[in-house]
Amino acid sequence: MNYCTIGNNQKINISDIPTLNCEIFREQLAITNLRPLSYFGCDWGEKIKIFALLADDEKNQILISSTDIDKNHKEYNSITQDNSQYHMFERELYEQFDIKPLNHPWLKPVRKNQDKYEFFKMQGEQTHEVAVGPIHAGVIEPGHFRFLCQGEKVYNLEIMLGYQHRGVEDLMVQNPTNQLAESICGDSVVAYNSAFSQIMETLSDTKITKKAQIIRRIALEAERIAIHIGDLGAILGDIAYMMGKDVFGVTRTLVINTMLEISGSRFARGLITTGGVNYDINAEISNKILNMLEEVKKIVKKMAKTALSSATVMSRFEKTGTVSTETAQELNLVGLMGRACGIELDTRFDFKDELYKDFERKPFRATNDASSRFRIRYKEIKESISFIKKLLVKLKEVEDEDILVEANENLSPDSLCVSIVESWRGELVHCAITDSNGKLKRYKIKDPSFNNWWGLSMALRNNAISDFPLCNKGFDLSYCGFDL
Amino acid sequence: MFDTLKMKLIQKNQFIPDIKNAKMRDTFRGLPVLDNSKINSAVDVEKICPLKALKTNPLEIDLSKCSFCGNCERKLPEGAVKFTNFYKLATDSKEKLIINEQTTSENYYKNAVAIRKEIYSIFNRSIKFRQVSAGGCNGCEMELNACSNANFDMARFGIDFVASPRHADGIVITGPITKNMAYALENCYKSTPEPKIVVLCGVCALSGGIFQNSTELNREFLDKYKVDLYIPGCPVHPLTFINAVLDFIRKK
Repeated sequence: MNYCTIGNNQKINISDIPTLNCEIFREQLAITNLRPLSYFGCDWGEKIKIFALLADDEKNQILISSTDIDKNHKEYNSITQDNSQYHMFERELYEQFDIKPLNHPWLKPVRKNQDKYEFFKMQGEQTHEVAVGPIHAGVIEPGHFRFLCQGEKVYNLEIMLGYQHRGVEDLMVQNPTNQLAESICGDSVVAYNSAFSQIMETLSDTKITKKAQIIRRIALEAERIAIHIGDLGAILGDIAYMMGKDVFGVTRTLVINTMLEISGSRFARGLITTGGVNYDINAEISNKILNMLEEVKKIVKKMAKTALSSATVMSRFEKTGTVSTETAQELNLVGLMGRACGIELDTRFDFKDELYKDFERKPFRATNDASSRFRIRYKEIKESISFIKKLLVKLKEVEDEDILVEANENLSPDSLCVSIVESWRGELVHCAITDSNGKLKRYKIKDPSFNNWWGLSMALRNNAISDFPLCNKGFDLSYCGFDL
Repeated sequence: MFDTLKMKLIQKNQFIPDIKNAKMRDTFRGLPVLDNSKINSAVDVEKICPLKALKTNPLEIDLSKCSFCGNCERKLPEGAVKFTNFYKLATDSKEKLIINEQTTSENYYKNAVAIRKEIYSIFNRSIKFRQVSAGGCNGCEMELNACSNANFDMARFGIDFVASPRHADGIVITGPITKNMAYALENCYKSTPEPKIVVLCGVCALSGGIFQNSTELNREFLDKYKVDLYIPGCPVHPLTFINAVLDFIRKK
């Protein structure tokens, strides 16, 4: 085998990672049926090292392989021409390290040089283009959308991002802090901060208590519930079903105000830190959470059922923005959107999280359209509520443990560490590499949106532009998680 | 349809009646109060506050740089910094955001936003904003969206976000202003009809926040144009935002 294997939240010495000849490396990635978790370059003196991290979802392993690229000869035969799942990764690699993947079908900028971006063109009778953005009509993040239409129908939607690019990966190497980790993507604060903290703890051999782990999971599930409820409301708002929008909007407040009760911030900022968590969940707050969950469950159930049995809602949802399971697999859609398209991927269970061991997943009947994206959220809210209840029972067993341990300051040198967290959007992959002095040398983040933006493009094909808000809210992808 | 209407009966009224005196939960991290005497030994300020908001000798916090993470409250000797739940944090100048040992919620709020007669006469209690996210992490954006939900419902005060800068009386900026957004932001500002105001919302917009050392920012916009209102927070709480705007457009 040309790979070495590790599990989630484990580290490996760089020298144990096989370095292959570039041709062999390319060949094995082109033919493998394992999906890429991350694919990135790292400055390595006279060379640039490319790392490929693959996920073996059945064996719960991460496979790592690498190759060297000479700085004087920065090109290789692209993997994308054989395996389309790498198209975004290779564009990113080209932009960050100027390594040219030859024969790449569309080597466009990812985050920089937006003035040099060349959009697809279409010519013919009744064809027209619609450009939207970067500033949108609503209060959301910036991005540019270009619709190629014939008459009413959208032939293709091209999405140009990068407006949010703040150089997070470089800042992370300069000064890795929890404050930075939780500011990368403000709607997935817990997920980003957990992944970062787990990387730092693994690299410094800090063992956090079980209690801290449980509190992190509770916060993660609460974040999932809060955002999903908000999204249910936003989806209904975009089809002008205002009762649903308002009821879900108000219900979300209950959840995030409970987060405020725990951590002093509505989005749980400052809750998680390297070495554990800063705020405890005691018996009193525990009870408050349980009461809140009961209330939320009741309202969400009632409202979702009312909406789903309403003809006006269903006629807008059904068969709108369909992405077939085959397309989704080809594009490697992950997480929530993957599940809405019939791909059963969930890193909480695929990578065997100890604390989720005895939780069960109910099967989901995906219909791949807007209604599927609504129902999956409803289903996951119900599941997360039951998970939190079970986690609170587990929390009671370890009541006496500390919530915070002193984190070791020294990171192990020459190591690579991976941490995968199932944020509400899907798998969030953080990967760190240290140099011989135990300093961070490269910090790579892959948000689930990195995979899923192309899913939105495909969803819009053969739909009308007026369906765009509904599809966009259904996907609800991150701009800043992509742009970094 | 009847099921839909039934939801209204179950929900009843959800809005906060008196938004100016709304009670905030005690755990909320709002205005910090400082006590210099609690600090006896030298502290590593850089390590406690990566945003460089904290200063010692004498103790000072610059709210334009503070992300209210609460790290100083936990790491400094107990009582040196204490975050209160006071949420009316907006000011009309950057200098007023620097707080020291003498600062209390009363004297902070009293002078925070000065009355400007022309504002009332021009906008007459109603103000419409165009929001521009220039690198914001979606935290402030979600909270600004929450301002319009059924709880806070700021539209009842005549405050609203509109879809086009042409319809707006001013712009609200969130995020540290990235290079890639600098052009669009300036364009949006120029498209807004005169007279117009500029509101900075959140720590990233005020000072760059945790991204202040990034090479990918371009904050020239703020040197060129005058800012009318500074609203600190990370993210800005809806009550902070609504009260800030209400104070800004008040008559007396």
